[in-house]
Amino acid sequence: MIEQGTSRESGLQWPPFGRKGRGSALDERTQRFEAMVLPHLDAAYNLARWLLRDEHSAADAVQDAFLRAFRFFDSLEGGEARPWLLTIVRNSCYSLLGKRRQAGEQVEFDEERDSEFAQPSIDGDPEAQLSRKIDSARLDDAIERLPSVYREAIVLRELEDLSYEEIARISNVPIGTVMSRLSRARSMLRERLSRNGEGERA
Amino acid sequence: MSERDDELGSLIREKATRHAAPPHLRARVSGMLSQEGIGLAARPPKPAVRQPEPWRRWFNMAGAFAVGMLLSVTVLLVVRGGAEDGRMAQTIVDAHVRSLLGEHLVDVKSSDRHTVKPWFTGKLDYAPPVIDLAPEIPLVGGRLDYLGQRPVSALIYKLNLHTVNVFVWPANGETSKDVTFYARQGFNVAYWVANGMQFWAVSDANVGELRKVTDRLIAATDHH
Repeated sequence: MIEQGTSRESGLQWPPFGRKGRGSALDERTQRFEAMVLPHLDAAYNLARWLLRDEHSAADAVQDAFLRAFRFFDSLEGGEARPWLLTIVRNSCYSLLGKRRQAGEQVEFDEERDSEFAQPSIDGDPEAQLSRKIDSARLDDAIERLPSVYREAIVLRELEDLSYEEIARISNVPIGTVMSRLSRARSMLRERLSRNGEGERA
Repeated sequence: MSERDDELGSLIREKATRHAAPPHLRARVSGMLSQEGIGLAARPPKPAVRQPEPWRRWFNMAGAFAVGMLLSVTVLLVVRGGAEDGRMAQTIVDAHVRSLLGEHLVDVKSSDRHTVKPWFTGKLDYAPPVIDLAPEIPLVGGRLDYLGQRPVSALIYKLNLHTVNVFVWPANGETSKDVTFYARQGFNVAYWVANGMQFWAVSDANVGELRKVTDRLIAATDHH
């Protein structure tokens, strides 16, 4: 990515505190936005696609997020563009899904949805269970069927390679919650994948 | 992060689909940006760059995050203040705090042990005793937790206004052991072994109150 015009502010933290917009030429602003934020379009779409599990909704959410991001571009001010953008994408996705699943709300246990997965593997030798032969389709399916907060954590951590701290900011929860969500998500995935493996061998 | 997590992580990174934005979306976003740029240029520059709403939103978010961090740090300090001999007690306090602060307290919400007990079946490789202490100490529900590399059952009781988490899993060889109490500034932990199961009860209730719970649980398991 071309870090155009950002070097003088590279020491600033994300999210920024108390910086005023510069109010300089607006086409320069558009150019800076395109240089800094547009390269993260794939990351934005990937998160939206995993959260919404539908390509049309994902495209709508991403477009909405970019519109918001562009309007609120001044709130970035030299911070890390990718987690900043993903925060907005996540909010767009949850707005699309409805108020009921807003940030920070606790996940209710849902027997239908969760019971099949809410069973981390229980034997003493789980290392042996994950086969390298697991194909993409099966892995995608297992991730897709995780409850959304766990799916979100896994996608941000493993596919977008973000730090716990960045994930905590994006998901608007304490770091401890991110860690316990990841741990639980991994248990669910291991369970799902190892059980599938048994099914195939049988 | 364990080796198993590394293994699962690299499997996901290698094989899970990282969805790329379709070309039509890229075109839509670019088109929108140039339109929006013109739209902003047509307006007076001041409102375009100084909107109070996003600022407030960022401040709110930053504030919530700061509070969260402060709580986490406090919890870490509390937990680390303990003595060497109760390392597991720290883990228990950690899990207790996590259940209250972080995610969810109960997976299955029921005061009926005949609902809670079967819920654990198939989720654990042992059958945790689910003991009814109503009406003085009502059962709120059950939860599956993950402690010391294994899934364990957690029963949640209400003792007046205090939440009590009781974790139970098989003991290593021992069949019974008297109660030991650990104090971790603000939290009390009780540990005992009965019928080959180890029990860890934790709460912010004082030792005297927590003892009511442990006495009742021990009396109930003795009758089994």
